[in-house]
Amino acid sequence: MIEFRMPSLGADMEGGTLVEWLVKPGDAVKRGDVVAVVETQKGAIEIEIFNTGVVSELVVPVGQQVPIGTLLARVDSAMRAAAARPATPPASPVKPPQPVIPPAPIAPPPAVIAPPPVTQAAPVAPPSGAAPSRQPVSPAARRLAAERGVDLQQLTGTGPGGAITLADVEAAQAKQPPAEVTRRRTGFDPAAMRQAIGAAMSRSKREIPHYYVTQTVEISAALRRLEQMNSERPPPRRVLPAAMFLRAIALALAKTPELNGFWEDGRFRPGDGLHIGWAIALRGGGLVAPAIRDAGLRTLDELMAAMRDLVQRARASGLRGSELSDPTVTVTSLGDRGAESVLPIIYPPQVAMIGVGRIVTRPWVVDGAIGPRPVVTMTLAGDHRASDGHRGGILLAEIDRLLQEAETL
Amino acid sequence: MNDISTKPLRMTYRDACKDAIRAAILADPRVFLMGEDVARYGGCYAVSKGLVDELGEDRIRDTPLSEGGYVGAGIGAAIAGMRPIVEIMTVNFSLLALDQIVNSAASIPHMSGGQFAVPLVIRMATGAGRQLAAQHSHSLEGWYAHIPGLKVLAPATIEDARYMLRPALDDPNPVLIFEHIMLYNREDELDPAVTAVDIVSAKIRRPGRDVTLITYGGTLFKTLDAAELLHQEGIEAEVIDLRVLRPLDMPTVLESVTRTRRVVIIDEGWKSGSLSAEIAARIVEGAFFELDAPIRRVCSREVPIPYAAHLEAAAVPQVPAIVAAARGLVKGE
Repeated sequence: MIEFRMPSLGADMEGGTLVEWLVKPGDAVKRGDVVAVVETQKGAIEIEIFNTGVVSELVVPVGQQVPIGTLLARVDSAMRAAAARPATPPASPVKPPQPVIPPAPIAPPPAVIAPPPVTQAAPVAPPSGAAPSRQPVSPAARRLAAERGVDLQQLTGTGPGGAITLADVEAAQAKQPPAEVTRRRTGFDPAAMRQAIGAAMSRSKREIPHYYVTQTVEISAALRRLEQMNSERPPPRRVLPAAMFLRAIALALAKTPELNGFWEDGRFRPGDGLHIGWAIALRGGGLVAPAIRDAGLRTLDELMAAMRDLVQRARASGLRGSELSDPTVTVTSLGDRGAESVLPIIYPPQVAMIGVGRIVTRPWVVDGAIGPRPVVTMTLAGDHRASDGHRGGILLAEIDRLLQEAETL
Repeated sequence: MNDISTKPLRMTYRDACKDAIRAAILADPRVFLMGEDVARYGGCYAVSKGLVDELGEDRIRDTPLSEGGYVGAGIGAAIAGMRPIVEIMTVNFSLLALDQIVNSAASIPHMSGGQFAVPLVIRMATGAGRQLAAQHSHSLEGWYAHIPGLKVLAPATIEDARYMLRPALDDPNPVLIFEHIMLYNREDELDPAVTAVDIVSAKIRRPGRDVTLITYGGTLFKTLDAAELLHQEGIEAEVIDLRVLRPLDMPTVLESVTRTRRVVIIDEGWKSGSLSAEIAARIVEGAFFELDAPIRRVCSREVPIPYAAHLEAAAVPQVPAIVAAARGLVKGE
């Protein structure tokens, strides 16, 4: 028997209101299934289950507000074994039950980390640099996901061999149509979110000794590369500068693990994977920073697709619980209409946050001559308990170097 | 009697073949049938029973037991201006005439720079199901579909058995017609409105949206039975009867696959180096990005077809295996 409890979706969450059950007793569930919708200060969040089994009892009724850790439902894992057809091996290895709290980032499935065997990759090898993945995806599903910007890594396959099929991609999209969301959910309360942000940021400023390092990066090479990439693409498939910055940041962070992780119980705990929280401003105020999992393993195109997907779902209250609890570091990018630079406040218990300002044209010295150049200002906020400014400077220098060699990104 | 094809009539596949031969011989003085035991015995599957009395020994000719000899004679007659129909008892025996069919019939039009056509039709029985064991039961039509210069037909319906012979005789190339032995006793009604068929296209015998079942010849009706069972489970299977094994009508196949995105190929031939392998390869070449699931095949076990009835049945494609393969693709099993 597995106990499914109210998860914590961030340092600032104390509890939530159960607004919808998406399963009923007797339903089979598997790891990654969305089983409930919980109203939090960050809006309505879809809660996933991390076990496989059959729901035996829903303990908390719809409408009840409960603190983190409250037993929500019981799931029987033995019944699944009894019901499973012996001839059919499980589509994916069933993980042993994992505690839902504390909300430690869930270990990524091994498939995401391990590179695929060469023999398997050869016939349909993804473009070099693509995230290695053993999750089978049908050719038609892969194409549709690319067209619609659906992140395949978030999906569970229902096809032969657990493959992601067209229907899975379509279902993933259908889950978050805005009309349905407004019908079934209460939507987020801007006042409550304001309060949550205030609590988290107050804690950050109270507890975390921030240091800041800043670097202005000349990005004409990066913009040229994007222009080349985008010249033959329709607008929905174009890659934005933010994705290229994110790619450079992810690669640089992979080399500075001291900045990727958590300050907990008086010591640094490295993140298990590099899951970058991507700060998204919500219409009507407030912001969320859901995770782009394994950001360092994703290509530019995949990062762009993930960003589009997150923005769309964040604004439609379609985020999943794990996406809010997974980030190991956060990035905020102000975009076209933002300020020139931003000094971020670290989201506890993370130990670093990177802010990217607006792209501006400034006089720049190249080979002794002054000329107009596009530049962007990047700022790292670091937790001085976990690292020093020297380390932060190395990170920014590496980001700068990578953006000068943008053709390799 | 002579004009039997214009009346609505329920008939067997065997009689449809016979009517086709009779009509062809009556319509064209250049046409004749020859083969082992086709005249006095009436053909090993009784297709030509009675025709020698009706049409005479010049038109229905018994030959010596020598596939290489009489197939070669047929090729010579065709080059000389006749329109021979050569019957070979089973495809297994046609291997004795492989040299004539591949090195002569298929190659002479090419090697003569188009000066000699070989308007020859060779009919032969194929397939398992009558406990005739490993020397009379194989499905080797896929081998002939490998050979440039040949056309290969596989009539499965009564209508195709009745009407494919005429365009085959009209074709300047050697045409091979494969008649599955389990079809001869099958009965169906001929549509009187149809008096001719093409030997170019595949036909959708049952439309569906969820999965495409591609087959031909003897397994067509097993596949249609499977499609009906799938329908009862809520799965709508589209059944394509290839009809022509060379050249393959890939546009029809690819169009269907593009709609259903799932494919099962059913072929009584073996899998290795086979027609089913060729079709699978062409689907991947032409519609890779349309596929939503791996291609599956239901083919004969890789053994010589056994004599014992239960082993023979277990060796060739059967309805439950077709249903399971299609259901698995649709339901992710």
